[in-house]
Amino acid sequence: MSERIGVYVCHCGTNIAGKVNIDEVVRFAEGLAGVELVRDYKFMCSDPGQAMIQKDIEGDLIDRVVVASCSPLMHENTFRKVCERCGVNPYLFTMANIREQCSWVHVDMGDSTAKAKALIAAAVSRTKFLEPLPKREVSINPRTLVIGGGIAGIQAALDLAEAGKEVVLVEREPSIGGHMAKFDKTFPTLDCSACILTPRMVQVGQHPNIKLMTYAELDEVNGYVGNFTVRVRNKARYVDPELCNGCGMCWEKCPGTRVPRKGNVHEKLSLGPTTSIYMPFMQAVPAVPVIDSGTCLYFQKGKCRVCESVCERTAIKYDMEDTFEEFEVGNIIIATGFRTFDPRVIKRYGYGALPNVMTSLDFEIMNCAAGSTSGAILMADGSEPKSIGIVHCVGSRDKHYNEHCSRVCCMYALKYAHLIKEKTNAEVFDFYIDMRCFGKGYEEFYDRLLGEDVRFVRGKVAEVSNVPVNVVEEGKLVISVEDTLVGVVRRVPVDMVVLCTGLESSVGLAEVATMCNVSVGKDGFIIEKHPKLGPVSTATDGVFIAGACQSPKDIPDTVAQASAASSAVLSMITRGTIEIESATAEINEKKCSGCRICNNLCPYLAITFDREKGVSVINEALCKGCGTCVAACPSNAIKAKHFANEQIFAEIEGLLSV
Amino acid sequence: MTFEPTIVGFLCNWCSYTGADLAGTSRVKYAANVRSIRVMCSGRVEPTFVIKALYEGADGVLIAGCHPGDCHYQEGNYKALRRYRLLRRVLPEYGIEPERVRLEWVAASEGERFAKVVDDFTDQIRRLGPLDIKESIAQSLIDDVVNHEEEATKDIGDVNEA
Repeated sequence: MSERIGVYVCHCGTNIAGKVNIDEVVRFAEGLAGVELVRDYKFMCSDPGQAMIQKDIEGDLIDRVVVASCSPLMHENTFRKVCERCGVNPYLFTMANIREQCSWVHVDMGDSTAKAKALIAAAVSRTKFLEPLPKREVSINPRTLVIGGGIAGIQAALDLAEAGKEVVLVEREPSIGGHMAKFDKTFPTLDCSACILTPRMVQVGQHPNIKLMTYAELDEVNGYVGNFTVRVRNKARYVDPELCNGCGMCWEKCPGTRVPRKGNVHEKLSLGPTTSIYMPFMQAVPAVPVIDSGTCLYFQKGKCRVCESVCERTAIKYDMEDTFEEFEVGNIIIATGFRTFDPRVIKRYGYGALPNVMTSLDFEIMNCAAGSTSGAILMADGSEPKSIGIVHCVGSRDKHYNEHCSRVCCMYALKYAHLIKEKTNAEVFDFYIDMRCFGKGYEEFYDRLLGEDVRFVRGKVAEVSNVPVNVVEEGKLVISVEDTLVGVVRRVPVDMVVLCTGLESSVGLAEVATMCNVSVGKDGFIIEKHPKLGPVSTATDGVFIAGACQSPKDIPDTVAQASAASSAVLSMITRGTIEIESATAEINEKKCSGCRICNNLCPYLAITFDREKGVSVINEALCKGCGTCVAACPSNAIKAKHFANEQIFAEIEGLLSV
Repeated sequence: MTFEPTIVGFLCNWCSYTGADLAGTSRVKYAANVRSIRVMCSGRVEPTFVIKALYEGADGVLIAGCHPGDCHYQEGNYKALRRYRLLRRVLPEYGIEPERVRLEWVAASEGERFAKVVDDFTDQIRRLGPLDIKESIAQSLIDDVVNHEEEATKDIGDVNEA
């Protein structure tokens, strides 16, 4: 063969050179058949590194390239571009992963060096059999799907819409706003959440470029970058949004109740009307109520229809059914947010069993001026608490539940302490493991709280009980904790306990991730393309992430990431087209026996049967290059371009030649 | 000195190769015996690849793909599973212990698991000892399976079809 391969071995500083004997590897590579020259350099991905390859190609010394450095998932594109720049087809390039899968994971230098040689031999051997492939480009549909209407989705949708691009915003709940709509104040500035959020919600609702779909869920995603087809299920809200004017007559007269009427203050906590027909909160966008069919008297018992009779606009439609809508979009932004940890599983904290033990989200709703207590901080019996204990890290930083830090709890706990001090005369105890106040103005806020007469106790709470051991503890909730700064075990009697529940990925995120073809980590959050350099993109082109679906985030970080995601989408739209993998499958008509085994194997229905010719045909536009059909073809008629049998056989031979 | 086997790994691009990369970025240490080949999907792994690797001198072959339900190509991993089960039935016919081939599911987030799988499988192959394909069988192995180009392809077809 006349292939002239250039092999470039990267030191990656000491990342590779520290564990792989570069000189030995270079000498070895020089002896491989087909190798014209071998060079090594500190950082192949840097400008001078790339220039080395460029110079060799332009000097007509080589016509194929092997770079032995990091993972192809990291820099394959970088080096493919170098090849392309100097006229070598990018598919005549192979990467040998001697960092992530070699120098970083093996202890012994001899082992790493031997493995690096094998990986390079495999890459060289494979490269001899590579074939140039034509560029494949697809156009980008300028419309974008945003999944989730919390602050992340709102920000992303507005950014895109303001840039003149169409957006479909799908929200599962009856209104957009997400968690932020439940908050009264936001840390550390204590600015009013509603005041900054509601104008944006209204803007989303009115924006001509945004198609807002609330009470709707993603049902199916097909296609690929630039050309997704998505199906959305509109759940029946039993109220016609076209007719409803949000007057509120229906919920005022509704005899049904979705929040227990007989419950105590804490059980009755709600932001919107407690009736069966309700709005989640009064600033809802769209301002259209929903019937909760689970508690509605008409749906449960067959009669009532009060809302229908009082509605002047005849907007109530009991016979409404779920409907489906399909859209073509070019990009998808996942912004599904989070859910809070359910502390019921930590029985020793008493949530659900002991009155006056509440979660942070309960507290937010109680503290919200628009909520059922009008923002008053009350005990379950309606009286004002004299002492409150705030317990950090409930369900986070705990190997039994979630290992990760939820990032926002320390700050909202400080916010609670401040608000309690402001609104009541209660004594506040704050039980923390570490105080993590990392953001702008956060440490300053903590410092301010230290001067506000809050009792900070450093220690993880062991138990919340209602069993007194002395007179002082009678009728109280007793928090047992080791005060690790003093080194004593304390029992602190309080009237009320707020559990700072951690953040978990939202319900249904795994399903959304599967539909969009992205992975979730073991913490349940979506894995980004690169933890540092690709925080808003994913391994699937055209699918981006924003906000707490990636990891717990506070509002400023969420908004920043949302804008970053929309700007990434905008750059795709502006470019108009994108290059996609050329490595598809191809059927050799002469070899195809027409058995049709492959027809049913293709998950993308890319293979059809040509009756006239009696052979199967692959639609290249639909093929994603998985290679399942190739492996199944009994006549060996299908070829996986860039992963052809002879290429993989050569790779195996190279791998085992050392 | 203990026997150090050579193992070929076929890793799917989206889950297992990414998981192996994560083991790297997290600096998890594991046995250096597995040398991997990246394929787009575990569904691409033909039984011939495995046979070829064993014939060329590998003592074991690891195939790793996405967890069931997580396949980037929807169901390629199920196809891999089907082929794997059949292959394990065929291997003893050539005097090869089926335990020399293993299929595992490794997600992109499972760097530590990848390392564990490699260590565990390496141990298993160490215990089995070097693969010794008899001269006479080697020829039939290559005729039956690896020489896939023309006539011999029929046999592989039957494996896949079933």
